Amino acid sequence: MDQTPPTLPRQSWTFSNETNSEIRRAAATGIYDIRGGGAKRRVPHFDDLLFLGASMSRYPLEGYREKCETSVTLGTRFAKKPIELKIPITIAGMSFGSLSGPAKEALGRGATMAGTSTTTGDGGMTEEERGHSKKLVYQYLPSRYGMNPDDLRRADAIEVVVGQGAKPGGGGMLLGQKITERVAGMRDLPVGIDQRSACRHPDWTGPDDLEIKILELREITKWEKPIYIKVGGARPYYDVALSVKAGADVIVLDGMQGGTAATQDVFIEHVGQPTLACIRPAVQALQDLGMHRKVQLVVSGGIRTGADVAKALALGADAVSIGTAALIAIGDNDPKWEAEYQKLGTTTGAYDDWHEGRDPAGITTQDPALMARLDPVEAGRRLRNYLNVLTLECQTLARACGKSHVHNLEPEDLCALTIEAAAMAQVPLAGTNWIPGKGF
Amino acid sequence: MNADAGITTLDLSTTELREVNETLQSARPGNRRYEIVNTRGAHAIAVGLDAPIEVTVKGSTGYYCAGMNKQATIRVEGSVGPGAAENMMSGTVIVDGDASQYAGATGHGGLLVVKGNASSRCGISMKGIDIVVHGNIGHMSAFMAQKGNLVVLGDAGAALGDSIYEARLFVRGEVASLGADCVEKEMRPEHLDLLADLLAKAGADAKPEEFKRYGSARKLYNFNIDHAGEY
Repeated sequence: MDQTPPTLPRQSWTFSNETNSEIRRAAATGIYDIRGGGAKRRVPHFDDLLFLGASMSRYPLEGYREKCETSVTLGTRFAKKPIELKIPITIAGMSFGSLSGPAKEALGRGATMAGTSTTTGDGGMTEEERGHSKKLVYQYLPSRYGMNPDDLRRADAIEVVVGQGAKPGGGGMLLGQKITERVAGMRDLPVGIDQRSACRHPDWTGPDDLEIKILELREITKWEKPIYIKVGGARPYYDVALSVKAGADVIVLDGMQGGTAATQDVFIEHVGQPTLACIRPAVQALQDLGMHRKVQLVVSGGIRTGADVAKALALGADAVSIGTAALIAIGDNDPKWEAEYQKLGTTTGAYDDWHEGRDPAGITTQDPALMARLDPVEAGRRLRNYLNVLTLECQTLARACGKSHVHNLEPEDLCALTIEAAAMAQVPLAGTNWIPGKGF
Repeated sequence: MNADAGITTLDLSTTELREVNETLQSARPGNRRYEIVNTRGAHAIAVGLDAPIEVTVKGSTGYYCAGMNKQATIRVEGSVGPGAAENMMSGTVIVDGDASQYAGATGHGGLLVVKGNASSRCGISMKGIDIVVHGNIGHMSAFMAQKGNLVVLGDAGAALGDSIYEARLFVRGEVASLGADCVEKEMRPEHLDLLADLLAKAGADAKPEEFKRYGSARKLYNFNIDHAGEY
């Protein structure tokens, strides 16, 4: 009997199972999906770049004998007391409220042991964070939750947050289930209500106003503290130029892979530019203004390895900042909690409902029982180890390129594996001299 | 700097802003009265003070006059630019003239008195400050106001108290419109007492009974898709 060979069932690329599941979820609930983290879609990234290494025309440095410096000083433009860090990797701003107290303590401990800074977030400065962070950057945010002049003066630097990579142009929402008495008290709001973090600052609009706001902050802190401006990766050339104009000592530029505690998935995935695409325009703006290396550039959004660090520096950054990777280092999305992730309808590596406060790892929660799972001392050690590895990897690559300081890495040390990455990073496509957009 | 009759005079035409603020920020109890002259609309005058001193600013100022004040009593014999007494923690700031946008923004405590009018976004995101405006206030005032009291003897512009939390708003005149989740509320005896106290402190000639109280309906405190159209 003849049997027609069957055609395999064909799934639509446009209507994938994942897409269809989101359509069904939306139809059932009537509300968009909210989650934490940064963009999950594949975008051109540091993986698409390679170092060329030393060769006939470049001398390498001996890996175990010759020094490769990693120190960086942030805030040399106006501040009387710039921040000196041993490594060019800082911990990004993450709020107490979105993170537990022990998690903030762990970040402070790890950063301090590694010789770098950590950063507050929305919700103000906690004692465990200040106490365990030798260098603490205090975020000045639109909500001004917990903002007070005493904490401004206790900080080592002030970061005026204009935007972040996960949601340039967006505010935030901390859902009621994470608003404990302590969190609510710090924010001057009732317990258990959803707390909105505004998308714009309440008392200035635009760079002309911001320049005056920065004057006020400097006057209150006696011109001692470096003032950072953090922008999301939207229009990096102009955002950086205007930040310089507004008087920044340091600019933090956060690409779309940068995480958030909670916002709409559609916002995370569809607004902003990849980190890789932001760096060269930002550096160009600094160079055009004669401010490269005078106003320091800190890049964040998807930094995972020492290779990522080295590539960001080679493209012109002075330092990088990590958030998601730091959380993973201290235990976020650890496979040991797989059974509990399954109960929450997710799996290790994919857990991103940080706003719900049910984090099995005890990091993105205010639940006392879950929080107790995180030992801040041990977690701090893990973060220190991870930061050390990033630094060692970065040094390894820099030595291979013949650099005695990681800041000596340069675009000439790189090539790109894809046309997109070559265009964004403005380095040649591998095997060619072609930089898209620069002619032949 | 000139000290006469117990008053230290700081002249902004001959003294740098940094020196003026440094003098005020490092003031000791023995030297309690200061005046600032030739202000010429300068920004960030008398910011970050933290002592029970009295400062008189003789003239109008630019942005953020008396910003983040603690303990000090600061009187401005003129008008103030945007952000006067922003994020004030305690103390008293009195503006004899008008105030531009964002007066008292995000203030945590203390008393701000504006003898004239205040522009838009007065008391935006206030977190415990008391504000008394003798004249009118502009649109979007008390936006996302969290705690504290805003008293207006005149009229209020559009969208008063939009997305308000637990702050209390008292208006004697007309309200152009209320913002999302802001409603008129019952004026109970404790509110009349509170209002009488604030009016007295602010030197305002008005009766508490002439005011209406506004506050949060608390319908938007937890996100509900059925209320999405109200934002």
